[in-house]
Amino acid sequence: MNDSAGAAAAAPAAATDTGARAEHPLRALVLAGGLTFEREVSLSSGGQVMEALHRSRVDAELLDADSELLPGLAAHPADAVFIALHGATGEDGALRAVLDLAGVPYVGSPAAACRLAWDKPAAKSVVRGAGVTTPDWVALPHSTFRELGAGAVLDLIVARLGLPLMVKPASGGSALGAQKISRVEGLPAAMVSAFAYGDTVLVERFVEGVELALSVVDLGQGPEALPAVEIAPESGVFDYTSRYTPGLTEYHTPARVSGAVAARAAEVALAAHRALGLADLSRTDAIVSADGDVHFLEVNVSPGLTETSMFPMALEAAGYELGDVLVRLLARRAAAGSDR
Amino acid sequence: MKSSEIRALFSVVSRPEVVSLAGGMPAVTALPLDAVGSMIGDLVSGMGAQTLQYGSGQGDPRLRERICDVMALEGITDASPSEVVVTVGSQQGLDLVTRVFIDPGDVILAEAPSYVGALGVFQAAQAEVRHLEMDDDGLIPEALEEALKASRAAGERVKFLYTVPNFHNPAGVTLSEPRREAIVALAEKYDLLIIEDNPYGLLGFDHEPIRALRARNDERVIYLGSFSKTFSPGLRVGWVLAPLAVREKLVLATEAQVLCPPSLTQYAVARYLDTQPWREQIKIFTELYRERRDATLESLTALMPPGTTWTKPDGGFYVWLKLPHGLDAKLMQPRAVAAHVAYVPGIGFYADGQGREYMRLSYCFPEPDRIREGVRRLARVIEAELELHATFDAVDTGTFRLPRPTATDAPPIIGPANSDQTGDHA
Repeated sequence: MNDSAGAAAAAPAAATDTGARAEHPLRALVLAGGLTFEREVSLSSGGQVMEALHRSRVDAELLDADSELLPGLAAHPADAVFIALHGATGEDGALRAVLDLAGVPYVGSPAAACRLAWDKPAAKSVVRGAGVTTPDWVALPHSTFRELGAGAVLDLIVARLGLPLMVKPASGGSALGAQKISRVEGLPAAMVSAFAYGDTVLVERFVEGVELALSVVDLGQGPEALPAVEIAPESGVFDYTSRYTPGLTEYHTPARVSGAVAARAAEVALAAHRALGLADLSRTDAIVSADGDVHFLEVNVSPGLTETSMFPMALEAAGYELGDVLVRLLARRAAAGSDR
Repeated sequence: MKSSEIRALFSVVSRPEVVSLAGGMPAVTALPLDAVGSMIGDLVSGMGAQTLQYGSGQGDPRLRERICDVMALEGITDASPSEVVVTVGSQQGLDLVTRVFIDPGDVILAEAPSYVGALGVFQAAQAEVRHLEMDDDGLIPEALEEALKASRAAGERVKFLYTVPNFHNPAGVTLSEPRREAIVALAEKYDLLIIEDNPYGLLGFDHEPIRALRARNDERVIYLGSFSKTFSPGLRVGWVLAPLAVREKLVLATEAQVLCPPSLTQYAVARYLDTQPWREQIKIFTELYRERRDATLESLTALMPPGTTWTKPDGGFYVWLKLPHGLDAKLMQPRAVAAHVAYVPGIGFYADGQGREYMRLSYCFPEPDRIREGVRRLARVIEAELELHATFDAVDTGTFRLPRPTATDAPPIIGPANSDQTGDHA
């Protein structure tokens, strides 16, 4: 990695202005919290980001995404914003669109790309269009089941996609509301559970295999696939508890897969990142089936940065330091200004 | 959904956008905060040598005397300060009693539902909790007798009955006068120890306190009291009233745990009882809670869909609500969080997985207008969940065809993109 890039970038004013303004250290704003089910995770990610930035001697402030945010931004302008919000608003593009309106530079994907990635069925369709395998699926709103008859529609789904199935909300992270269904009897209740999280549910064919988290980072030389993190939850299911309880899941970095599979996984992550128009950083969740094919499941535009999150593990495996990467991403956005 | 997921959902509850009918937080801002502040300041500046020092393991003698005065309000007139052990909230008292009496595998009888904090203590002690049916008059004596007979027949040791007789947490109901007599009589008949947990007894809206179980029997009842609801939960001052032989064991146990209860907060409570109009303050609290109870019950009546039922507390903090058939309060919680209203799912108040169709609503903390808004949101959440169940409950998966193989090059099946509106979808 190139240390001089980070050092030079840590003083964005100097890079663009040699006379009028005095050189000042990078001033960053970290957004965390929010009003979603993933608030706790976001606060944890935000805390890690703040620690890493302070270690890198960046002047960083943590704010929640609430009615204080815009007045706070106006009163204390930041050079760039880092969005550590998970779930809606932070990841669906809405907050980024507001930051665009306010002319505030931020790290990460633009609003429209986030909107696409946030909608899991839409993202699957785009990524499949880019030549990446993804499990067959159907995504339907509650109204379809109500109007056409839930029994008849579920019958068709099972007949077409088979069992087992994954049932999950069409948007949102941390596996909340997601269930693997092996027996048809459990399907109606799983639908009810998933619909509690949103108005559209994604049902996809379950693919047995090794679960991988594929991180991508772009430090200025184009998107770079980081080593795959293999996820081996003790319970066999990588649910919310397995994700955020230290010790309940074993992670292997790099993943224990063949060189060919690792290379394909990197291609998949980069293809998804590019096809969806993502920027700076992303994390694709994928499954390697027994035949070695890498199946795209979903992509996260605001990957978790908690102590048990995969993105920081991948950075470390690649020889990067989280604080340094954050500084470089922030500095690049600060230097570019609000022009994306 | 696991407990960690519940915690995740609850992380948004503290945000001001959310109406929380979840937490049982007393309305401490109704206290005369300036007076309490200068009182505590004086305790440090004038009596620091005592108030900042270690104290007796059993608790400050002066406070124990005043505790006896407080208990007299509920008919316990024969208590001696020597039988009182001051604890860090009555929660520590419950833990001490459990440590002293319970061995792994022992049976504890408790109401259905029961206080979640007690169930946690009992679980840690590896006790087996048997729930006993309640109705609007509290614990049903016949259910208690049946359970006692069944345990005796099975050769099990029932160590005690744990009961919250007044304005039950979470059920909101109060044990009636005749049932108190019946339950004390059963305790005699079956040689049963009763743990009477009474944090809410002085918070009645409509009538004088009903005589405590301990006032009816001083040998078979261990009484747990608390200043958390009558003064301040942040001070963490509670107590246990127990026969001398038990008291001795409790003091040894508490010394092992905390050496002594905090001196400063004990002095604060004693000074508060000595110098402040605390009975009038309890009236201020109950008037405030009554107003909030009224707002809760009125809006529930006006807004809840048919099939929803709830208890009508005449004191305390809680309404226990039963959802229409088939609904699950825990599974519904994400929808409620999205609608910015919070409650506690009923399942946590049972040791055996019952209670999915129940929730606890606390009216003690939000202002009446916020309560009305919270109930309005909750009603919409329940209605949306009812619609969902109407769609999926009747599905007969037994009639489904078998999966048929599809060609691997089958075209993708894509639902409507961007149809998912995030945020309040209740």
